[in-house]
Amino acid sequence: MTDRVSFLERIGFRSAGSIAEAGWGRTLVVAVVSFIYFLPVLFIIFTAIKPQGLALSVPPTLSPTSFFGLIPDQFVFTPTLDNFASVFSRVMTAGGQPESTGFDRFFFNSIVIASASVLLALVIGTLAAYGFSRYPLKGNDTYLFIILTTRMLPAIVVIIPVILMFRAVGLSGSYLGIIMLYTAFNLAFTVWMMKSFFDELSTDVEDAARIDGSSEIKVFFKICLPQVVAGLAATFVFGLILTWNEFLFALLLTGPDTRTVPVAMNQAVSSGGRGTDWTLLAAIETLFLVPVFLATFFLQDHLLRGVTFGTVRK
Amino acid sequence: MQLMSAIQSAKTQSAKTAPALLELSADNWRLAILVGLVVSALAVVTLPASGSFWVVGAMSALVAAAFAVNAYRRRYYGGLLVAPAIAVLFVMNIFPLLWSLGLSFFAYQSNLQSIRFVGLNNYIKVLTDEVAAPANWNALINTAMFTVCTVSVQMIVGFLLAMLFAKQFPLRKYLLILVLTPMMLSVVASGVFFTYYYDPTFGILSYVINSVAGGQFIVMDSKAGAVAGIVFADAWMWSPFVMLLVLAGLVSVPKYLYEAAAIDRVSAWRRFWSITFPYIRGLLMLALLFRTIEAFKLADLVIVLTKGGNDTMTISYHLIRIANEQNKTSEGAAISYIILFIVIVLTNLYLYVANPKNREA
Repeated sequence: MTDRVSFLERIGFRSAGSIAEAGWGRTLVVAVVSFIYFLPVLFIIFTAIKPQGLALSVPPTLSPTSFFGLIPDQFVFTPTLDNFASVFSRVMTAGGQPESTGFDRFFFNSIVIASASVLLALVIGTLAAYGFSRYPLKGNDTYLFIILTTRMLPAIVVIIPVILMFRAVGLSGSYLGIIMLYTAFNLAFTVWMMKSFFDELSTDVEDAARIDGSSEIKVFFKICLPQVVAGLAATFVFGLILTWNEFLFALLLTGPDTRTVPVAMNQAVSSGGRGTDWTLLAAIETLFLVPVFLATFFLQDHLLRGVTFGTVRK
Repeated sequence: MQLMSAIQSAKTQSAKTAPALLELSADNWRLAILVGLVVSALAVVTLPASGSFWVVGAMSALVAAAFAVNAYRRRYYGGLLVAPAIAVLFVMNIFPLLWSLGLSFFAYQSNLQSIRFVGLNNYIKVLTDEVAAPANWNALINTAMFTVCTVSVQMIVGFLLAMLFAKQFPLRKYLLILVLTPMMLSVVASGVFFTYYYDPTFGILSYVINSVAGGQFIVMDSKAGAVAGIVFADAWMWSPFVMLLVLAGLVSVPKYLYEAAAIDRVSAWRRFWSITFPYIRGLLMLALLFRTIEAFKLADLVIVLTKGGNDTMTISYHLIRIANEQNKTSEGAAISYIILFIVIVLTNLYLYVANPKNREA
């Protein structure tokens, strides 16, 4: 077969030698730019460890340390971890006892709904991608285009009928409904991306196994699947980022028991009439960022592959 | 050739004959459809919607199972593998779309029981009615403006960021994740924090501007300011997405092309247009396509930052209000289809321009 250079190698993540090298000078420039770009996130993280009263202080407090005198004392605050505790339990009525806020449940919901729908889309989508790649149907490209089109449609177009449909059959506010909906929304790119991974595999080994009498099921699980693990990882992360922060569908289709963190965060911030609780919001968002940040960091190499939706192959 | 035929015969062994209509076997999909239709029809007539849904679901599963067994026994692996994905997409995307297409021809409000066929009247109403249409047109024009502004800012910023990361340098991986983080934030939190950054009394932006220029500075006070504020926040969150796409293109340019260009002393301008651009062209169009589609959905950021004030109402937010808060379901469906039409036209326009075959003409 042709000599294939893997995409990751081509873009220079695995083998540093394949793209032009630049020294520490470039690192310095990019570090400054990246830091400025990251500042609004950093501010949210710092707000999460501010004492509650300092969130709206003028001049704004900016940093938990003075960085050896670099930052004037008026901008420095003393860090605290109280805000993280109050995400899960805090005094809700004046003079009352600390109550549970239900956020443990909402985090649980977010994790269950996001991971279930992304994994489900991964299973269904990988099977379909394998089918599209290895056993082309009549009108294969038409099916593929229809699948891609569902991704191109604005989500609001399906909101009204989905609300009506879910109300009619009692699925609104249930795990099943929202998971199925997210699964459908993740399917399009799962299929396209996994198909491009299967297309890139050499079929020699598979054919050899078939001649030796392996069943089709064995060929798929023992030969093809192990070769596309990187693709599975990338698809997972990309779907996770999209599903994790989804707000509109979650707002309209989850009930009190299945509420996800973005919806609960919105309510925690805007309810009570006392204005936004900045430190609380920052603490929720910081906690909420951790899982998807870690997933992205560890699977970063594959993500670059995934973001092209498998449509770019040279 | 012998090898190929061996593979073929291994892939498709002898086809079995189809079972007769009334034969009770697991792969008799004709019988399954017949039973399914009869039972479903009975259930729909006799049971309420919430009960008959599950009966119809069970019958669909029965038919699907018969099809699956049939496909497996006769080795239609393609159909067997693709079917679950098509089924999920049909139930959750295609069927609702057809439903809302149907609704757009009726007068229907989700809080009232009456439903009446009105043909194209909903479309005529949302486009020309003296009371309803101006708000729709206004929201559409605002959306077009937001789309142009935010997509062009994202393309430029994303492109410049990608240029920065296009070389291998120490700590690249760690700096890249910093730039990617805005994309991972929840719009609720980042949007609310942008109201803080823009706040005239407490905000950082006004603090800096006040201490430099003096006087009270209010970002979101005018339409231009509000639009700029929303565009800035949106572009900050989604430029990394464009960056990832462009980066994938930039680093796929073979190094020898640059080396050849260096020997020929090609100018940097020429080098970019002749070598780099052809490699990122398709990806730039892809980024443009995805971001335009997303920009049409711009609603949550507007809800958080301005609630549509200062003439920043977008069509998506307007649609949510009409369909969900005012319960004007069929009018909302009509607007949905107008949006869908615009997006499909834009998509095809992009795909036409992006397709290298159409470039030579």
